[in-house]
Parts: sequence; C-alpha cells; structure tokens
Amino acid sequence: MSRIPATFAALQAAGRKALIPFITAGDPDPAATVPLMHALVAGGADILELGVPFSDPMADGPTIQKSSERALKHGTGLRDVLAMVAEFRTSNSQTPVVLMGYANPIEAMGWDGFCAAAAGAGVDGVLTVDYPPEESAEFAAKCAAAGLDNIYLLAPTTPAARVEAVGRQARGFIYYVSLKGVTGAATLDLGEVAARLPAIRAATGLPVGVGFGIRDAETARQVGQVADAVVIGSRIVQEIESATPAERVERVRNFVAGVRAALDR
Amino acid sequence: MQMHDLPDARGHFGPYGGVFVAETLMAALDELRREYEAARQDPDFLAEFRHELRHYVGRPSPIYHARRWSEKLGGAQIYLKREDLNHTGAHKINNTIGQALLARRMGKKRVIAETGAGQHGVASATVAARYGMECVVYMGAEDVQRQSPNVFRMKLLGATVVAVESGSKTLKDALNEAMRDWVTNVESTFYILGTAAGPHPYPMLVRDFQCVIGDECKVQMNEMLGRQPDAVIACVGGGSNAIGIFHPYIPVEGVRLIGVEAGGDGIASGRHAAPLSAGTPGVLHGFRSYLMQDANGQVIETHSVSAGLDYPGVGPEHSWLKDNGRAEYVAINDDEALAAFHDLCRYEGIIPALESSHALAHAAKLAPTLDKDKVLLVNLSGRGDKDINTVARLAGIQL
Ligand SMILES: Cc1ncc(COP(=O)(O)O)c(C=O)c1O
Repeated sequence: MSRIPATFAALQAAGRKALIPFITAGDPDPAATVPLMHALVAGGADILELGVPFSDPMADGPTIQKSSERALKHGTGLRDVLAMVAEFRTSNSQTPVVLMGYANPIEAMGWDGFCAAAAGAGVDGVLTVDYPPEESAEFAAKCAAAGLDNIYLLAPTTPAARVEAVGRQARGFIYYVSLKGVTGAATLDLGEVAARLPAIRAATGLPVGVGFGIRDAETARQVGQVADAVVIGSRIVQEIESATPAERVERVRNFVAGVRAALDR
Repeated sequence: MQMHDLPDARGHFGPYGGVFVAETLMAALDELRREYEAARQDPDFLAEFRHELRHYVGRPSPIYHARRWSEKLGGAQIYLKREDLNHTGAHKINNTIGQALLARRMGKKRVIAETGAGQHGVASATVAARYGMECVVYMGAEDVQRQSPNVFRMKLLGATVVAVESGSKTLKDALNEAMRDWVTNVESTFYILGTAAGPHPYPMLVRDFQCVIGDECKVQMNEMLGRQPDAVIACVGGGSNAIGIFHPYIPVEGVRLIGVEAGGDGIASGRHAAPLSAGTPGVLHGFRSYLMQDANGQVIETHSVSAGLDYPGVGPEHSWLKDNGRAEYVAINDDEALAAFHDLCRYEGIIPALESSHALAHAAKLAPTLDKDKVLLVNLSGRGDKDINTVARLAGIQL
C-alpha cells in the first residue's frame, strides 16, 4: 500500500505543507544515495523523489542531465535504484518514496516485473515523465494493483478538459509543472500557479505539488501558500554537485532544513 | 483497419508510435495534429506545397537507369530515383517545405530543427530563409566538428547553429535539445522534425510529405517500363526517405520493399546503427519503436560511417512493416557502403551520399542473384558532396 495518501492526510490535519526534495539515484556514485535519502528526511522532507538515471532525459535541464550522466558512469540502472530503496527501507518504513524517470527503463524491465519489484522494494509512487495518461492506462492499472500510486504531471499548457481526464487516472498527488520549460529553469510564475491550482484540486480530488523552478526557501514558502506540496530538484542536485564527499550529507540536510523552516513559518 | 490507413487516431502503427512526451508538449502536439488534419484537406495548402516542390525544389526528380553499373554487376537492372538532384541535395527538403508551410499557417515565426549530418539542418535553414522565419538548429558537438561545411552553409542561410554538449553529443542528443527548446518556447515555435519519427503526428506528416517520392516513381516506372519494379530499396536512418518511397507501394503486390540500415563495423561487433536488425522495442523521443538499448533500457551509442544513419531508433511505421512482414530490413557495413559509393562515382558519374550508398550496396548484392529482366529501384536519397571529407579521410588523404 502506498504511504502517500496517509502522509498528505496527516500533513493536512497538522496544517502543514509537504516538502518533496528530488535527487538522482546514483549521483555522484551509488554509495552516496541511501545516506542522502536519510539526510533529506532528517532535514524535514515528507516525501522523497528519487530520479532514475536515463541516457536521454528529454524533459530535464542541464543540472539534472549532468546528475544522470554522473550516475550512468557507474552504471546505475533501475534495478540498482530499487535496491537502494530497499536498503533505505531497512531503517525508514514511513517516508514515501516516488520514482521519477522516463519510460524506457520501465519498458525494458517489463510492466509486471517492474511493478512487483518496485512494490517489493518499498516504492510508493511512480512518475514517468513520458507516459502521458493516454499511453499508460494499462500500466497505471498494474501499478494500482501492486499498491503503487501513478503520479501524473499537469502543465500550464494543459487544457481544462484534460485536467479532468488526467485526474481520473492519477493517484497520490498531482505534480504541477510550474513553468513552460525543462527542470531547473528559473522563471516560476507564482500568479499563474495560484490561479490554476484551485481548479486542478477540484477536478482531480488530489493534493497538488508544484515543482520545476523552485530554487530557494522564500519561493518555496510562497508556493507553499497555494500548493499542498513543494518539489525542489535542481537546486538540491547543485548542492550535491558542489559539496565535497565529506560535507555532502550535512550540506543537503541543512539546505532542506532551511526550506522546511520557511515552509513552516 | 488496413495497413495503408495507419496510424490510428492516436498515432499508433500496431504497438508502435504513439505520443510519449511530457505533459507540457501534449497541447502543442494536439494543436499540430488538428492543424495538419485541416491542412491536408485544404486544396490551397496542397496546391502551394506542389507548387513549391516543382518550382523551388525542382521536382519531379528523374529516374535514371544505371546501365553500366547494372551490366558490371551482371544481373537485375538498377534504377535510381534521383533525390540527389533536389535543391539542397537530398530528399530532406520535401519535408521541410511541408512543415514550413504548416508553421506559416499556424502563425509561428520561429522554427527549430535537429540535425546529424547537417542535411536536415540545411534544408530547414533553407526554408526558413525562403519564408522569412527565424531558425535555430541543434547539432551534436561531435557532428559540428565532423560536418563543418554544413555548419557554415546553415550560417550562410541565416540560421543559428547550437552545438549540443550533452550525452553522446550526436543526433539523438540534438533531438533531446530541440525538444527542450520546444517545451520552453512552445507558443512561438514550430519544431521541424527531420525524419519520420518522434511523437504523433510527426511520423505521419513527414511520411505524407515524403510520399511524393513514391508517388512519382509509380508514374515514372509505368512511363519508362510499363511496369513497377520488383524491389524498392532505400536506406533507413530515422526512415523518412524509405517510408516516402515505400508507402505508395505498400498495396502494390509483387513489389518487395527492402530497408537498409547502417551495419557500421558489422552487426556482430555491436558497433552499428541497426535497431530493426539488432534492437528491441522501446520508447525514445516520444514514440515506441525498435531501439538500440542495453539491458537497463539505456540507449546505446551508434556507429556508422554516415552521420545521417547514426541514430539508435527508427520511425514507428518501419517497426510495424518489419513485424507484419510487408517490408524486409537488412544491414550494410561501412566498407560495403564505401565500395558502392566508389562504384557509383566510377561507373555512373554520380557521387552519392554515404547514407544512400547503403541502399546502393544492398542493390549491388542483390542484383547478381537475379535475372537481367528484374528491376531494382533504389532511392538515391542524396548527393555525396557533403561526404568527400569523410571519404578522403578514410583513404588517408588530407583535403
Ligand atoms: C541523403 C540522406 N539520406 C538518408 C538520410 C537518413 O534519413 P532518413 O532515414 O530519414 O531518410 C539522411 C539523413 O541525414 C540523408 O542526409
């Protein structure tokens, strides 16, 4: 069973917003990932988003592209990522983990094989950038049967009629892409986000997380005032990129703690 | 549904094709699909497309009987569809004219394109100049080095060429980067995709624009020989020149359709660009099709002497035609393609593109096994002037 709905319910009861940091699994090396996952939780993360490295990350900007390339240097594949989640679960049984990535590694594993292995490893949700609902109804049904939430993106360009259609298939939460562009770009339009979210919440009945382009605690706080969850990716990947191995875990934890404090303010 | 009527409404050719893109692009692809549906039924649009092909591209391109080479090979007669005689020197312009007219119809003033060898980039820069549009071409940094004359050509035509430094720095990465640009500038920008691949409706519309090749062949073969060829042979990179000549022949019985992929150093070496011959189905660049990938589903690097065939995927309609058996797909190695390249230079006075040389090489293999009254129609998709540096380098000659 996915831990995501209960997590959102508890946060809502406490009047808090979800903080969802993203890191790429295997970046900068495979051994770094599980300690970083624990550091994200220690810093105040509510849900973890773990990027599955892919050779052709079409929807990502340079920062996450490079993190993917670093991970692929060590050959980190989807099976390795699932092993990392399983290891994380040996000492954390509460924090939901969402895999974010592209269709082909899942296709290569096969839908049935992937769903069984992901559920077995303790994964809660799957966000596959290039599986729009039209192409993934069968996959979504298999995910649901395995207790995995299929999470979908909505964008500023998504027409209202589509929001409803996506909502029918989506589980866990909606990930609203806050800008036209790739991950890491820096042009978040807060007004647009605020205007769009109520209708999305109403049409889908799911909590809405906002991501792409959130780079600091203050922006996170502002987004948190209108969204149910705030997703931060590229900025954390940069923290990992620029830290020495010795200071990496602490820098990431401190950065997340700063965002947490702003969100709770 | 007949094979000839594909794709279905959502862009599927059996299990292949489709729309596998991030949500941000869904609305843009929907708009493109609607606009194209309207355009293809608009007599004015079609008339302008035909007018441009005739007066700007120089169509119809002739079919030429390669008599000396056929005689030397000692078997079937080889006929060449001369796409190399088109303006800009390849079939690519058929598609860029069509897409530029669509862009204009949709009110887009900025076009972007990806390119490998630079042929599609040049054809895109050409139509952008012709119709007064801003043009940005994404090209892998490796290819910018390898194909510097085409980079200069694009610049002469007023385009901006962006060297892509990510991934393997080749065509697939240029395509990723063009998609990223499109996601970011989706309202102002039209993406001119260079081959019969990508998310629906691209494989369909690129095919439709390239079908002028096969449509002409049917008329011309009838005029020349009073009959259709026994086999039609074309090289397959992404698959646009091949589908353009194959598609009109799909319902014609007795015509073999043979697609030729880049075998690089040989299929057994693993260093090639032949997903139909040695790949497995997967999802890349917005569609499902045969793909060169490892056990983890990572796309693997391709190798070919010809930059235009150096692509790990293939248009979805070819995957469908392979599975249902209507078309056959084979691979030709670098050295075989080079031998055919030199043959055509020496026996026919035609310098073919290295891409097209793969199709020629297969024809040269097949011809001696067939009777002299059999006819092989080869799509000579482009001219080889762009390749003389590569060929010289391989011969150890510094130009
Ligand atoms: C002359 C020529 N032929 C063939 C190709 C391969 O593309 P396609 O398979 O789309 O025809 C290219 C690509 O650059 C080309 O320049």
